[in-house]
Amino acid sequence: MNYREQFNIVISGHVDHGKSTVIGRLLADTNSLPDGKLESIREYCKKNSKTFEYAFLLDALKEEQSQGITIDAARIHFKTAKRDYLILDAPGHIEFLRNMITGATRAEGTLIVIDINEGIKENSRRHGYLISMLGIRQVSVLINKMDLAGYSRDAYDKIVSEYQAFLKRIGIEPFSFIPVAALNGENIFRRSEKMPWYEGPTVVEQIDCFEPDRGKADKPFRFPVQDVYKFTGMNDDRRILAGMVAFGSIRQSEEVLFLPSNKKSRIRTIETFSDKPPECVSAGMSCGFTIDDPLYIKPGEMMLRVEEPSKPSASRRFKANLFWMGAFPMVKGKQYEIKIGTAYILINLTEILGIMDASDLESIGNKSEVDRYEVAECVLETNRPVAFDHTPLLDSTSRFVIIDNYQISGAGIILQSLEDENISLVKYLARRENRWDAGSVTKFERETRYGHRAKLVLLTGSANIEETGKFLERSLYDMKFFSFYIGMKSLSAGLDNDLDGSIENREESIRRLGEISRILTDAGLIAITCMREMDDYDAEKIRELNSPYELLTIKYGRSPFDKFPADLDLPEDTSPETAVEKILELMRKKDIVPEYFL
Amino acid sequence: MDRIDRLEAESIYILREAYREFKNKNLCMLWSVGKDSTVLLWLARKAFFGHVPFPMVHIDTHFKIPEMIAYRDRLAREWKLDMIYGENSDALAKKMTYPEGAIDRLTCCKYLKSEALRHTLAGDWIRYRMNHATGNYEPDMNKDPYQGVIVGVRADEEGSRSKERYFSPRTDNNEWNIGEQPPELWHYYNTSFPPGCHIRIHPILDWTELDIWEYIARENVPFIPLYLDQGEGKRYRSLGCWPCTKPIESSARNIGEIIEELKSGKLKNVAERSGREQDKADGGSLETLRREGYM
Repeated sequence: MNYREQFNIVISGHVDHGKSTVIGRLLADTNSLPDGKLESIREYCKKNSKTFEYAFLLDALKEEQSQGITIDAARIHFKTAKRDYLILDAPGHIEFLRNMITGATRAEGTLIVIDINEGIKENSRRHGYLISMLGIRQVSVLINKMDLAGYSRDAYDKIVSEYQAFLKRIGIEPFSFIPVAALNGENIFRRSEKMPWYEGPTVVEQIDCFEPDRGKADKPFRFPVQDVYKFTGMNDDRRILAGMVAFGSIRQSEEVLFLPSNKKSRIRTIETFSDKPPECVSAGMSCGFTIDDPLYIKPGEMMLRVEEPSKPSASRRFKANLFWMGAFPMVKGKQYEIKIGTAYILINLTEILGIMDASDLESIGNKSEVDRYEVAECVLETNRPVAFDHTPLLDSTSRFVIIDNYQISGAGIILQSLEDENISLVKYLARRENRWDAGSVTKFERETRYGHRAKLVLLTGSANIEETGKFLERSLYDMKFFSFYIGMKSLSAGLDNDLDGSIENREESIRRLGEISRILTDAGLIAITCMREMDDYDAEKIRELNSPYELLTIKYGRSPFDKFPADLDLPEDTSPETAVEKILELMRKKDIVPEYFL
Repeated sequence: MDRIDRLEAESIYILREAYREFKNKNLCMLWSVGKDSTVLLWLARKAFFGHVPFPMVHIDTHFKIPEMIAYRDRLAREWKLDMIYGENSDALAKKMTYPEGAIDRLTCCKYLKSEALRHTLAGDWIRYRMNHATGNYEPDMNKDPYQGVIVGVRADEEGSRSKERYFSPRTDNNEWNIGEQPPELWHYYNTSFPPGCHIRIHPILDWTELDIWEYIARENVPFIPLYLDQGEGKRYRSLGCWPCTKPIESSARNIGEIIEELKSGKLKNVAERSGREQDKADGGSLETLRREGYM
């Protein structure tokens, strides 16, 4: 079957410059309105003693009609002889900027509407900037209400040159400027007879020239792993990496690399739940893969070809351009959730390199926080490595959003990867150790008195680690050593009572665990704790937090530990008694407890 | 990729995102058994490679066209769906319905659909779950509220739906604050939410009625024959409760003819819900209903 092509456009511009009229006219003139729709709106206006406006067509909701403004990025369909269009209407009021952005990120082309009498206003510029930042390259500017300016070519030229200069600064080269009188439908679908001096395309001719982005399949292959499925029902034993191909294409049996884990494997099958699975998948397809090796791949990793010349960066620090729209300013020292590709992790704003107002591109100067509707060039640090691109050519894998207060509050583009070092944790630890107010009893004195060294023993894995941890505490105590079991449940009931189980709070509870063990080990104890859901980065963080006393990691049963090997690896079927024996043996070997005790 | 391929890929991405973020927070999908939510169910089977890893929830008004319930249970058995239904037992027992003459159409919608939906999602009214061993429905022991609800609304259906996000938070009273919706960018959605909220997820928001039929034809999705003319020159374009849903004049006897009718024929410019009487009751009735949680 031959389906009609659909192209998404967004119509942006300052409030009251005529965006809704342009849309209304596009609908009416291309005969895209349902029967009776126009009449019902006219009737509504008559009943409410209002002058008819095309805008009312779009303002489908009562609330909007009473306010006279479009609240959301409404979706409106219309068709030309060439193809179908979906218009994402972008409201002009600044309060509704987030709705404009919502619409614009789904558009492949945009029309910016400017009222010739009002000229270039704050949102004409702000929307222009956002369109540039959001990556829309196909732009046409409509100079509207020409009828109210006597169809004056001079007035038109003046605004065109002024706005062109602005767009140039933000890297946009518009396809065209079009003088229109939207209310009368001039130069929308029908060519205006009142402006013979204009020889360019009409609005409909222009949008029919916009091209959908078809080049994605020819770019380097990128597959952000969205999720990993292992459904057990109906005797299904496949382990499927699911997601959407962001760029490029790939075939069965090709060798693949996962970042940031650096694991390698080979595509075994391509999965789509259709009668005949395809041999090759390319950009834009939602699909799944099985791979040859039973690797533990996490959602959020990026899969690419091993032999890919242009690889994404895998790092914890990067420079980015960020647009903030949260109700509260973005501040340093606060942890935010960030979504990059399919990786959902935590981030800190560590440096602000520059801030400007998106409506005039004026620099705001030195500030320690980013306020609503400001644009910042800044350095961001994630809590664990993440794979990303940083080029306009691979835009969708270079973009991110930041969540604050349960909402997407910021959006940005990564400009550059910075050195891969967990700077903020290192700084934090240096400051802490520097300020540590030690007591009068030294580490050496305690070790001599207690007859053993201090240590945090951390158990992880699928076996019954809690029982084993307590058993280890008892065994050490019976040998007259000073041991203490830290129950994670006790922590969440007490110390972590203010934290819920969310991802942001998980990092904080790990920090607190690290700090508690720092104190307990400073007191000379052998502290023991268990964390079932822990990966290599968590363990590394606890190790660092617990420094200078460090950590003994025990993996008991299966666990996602891989890059960061445990000090002791015990198979699932080991009995708790044997497990404790083995742990004690290792502690003797590492000189934590003496070989013999009295 | 053509237009239908792209719509399918995007919807699958959203479904997987819903599952990723809500699998541990009680996720369900609403299934009216109409063509849209059935396409959504089909997409879920594709997204999860043959599995549907969450329950399907149906709100039974007991005034549904009888073929709808038979079709629901047949597919539930065939596809091994975790099938659940809820209802407003109180209103039904007291005969507080429009067909029984007690109340007007809109109040009836409010009782049998909005209220039933709200309490079924919250888990404070009884839910019935299909026992696949016996084929019967039994009271469901799980009373946890659903925090992620996948819904098959389309933006082109009517005005208020065109304002929806793919992921849209609702308060516990099912209220929807249209003016204060957070932004949604690229493939990033708002998946975290404060206590006292649940999230509605709309994977087929961008589909049109024509897209739905073209997809049904392409994929061979099973659908209720009520959508076709059975020889009387009438067919249903939209399915609901029999007292308030009227068939339209149409002689489309197969999907090809439906598609033709929508593309260039007599239905090209007629609103899809023209057979739904409750939409006509007052200018913004559907919007009023939706603010209170109606789909």
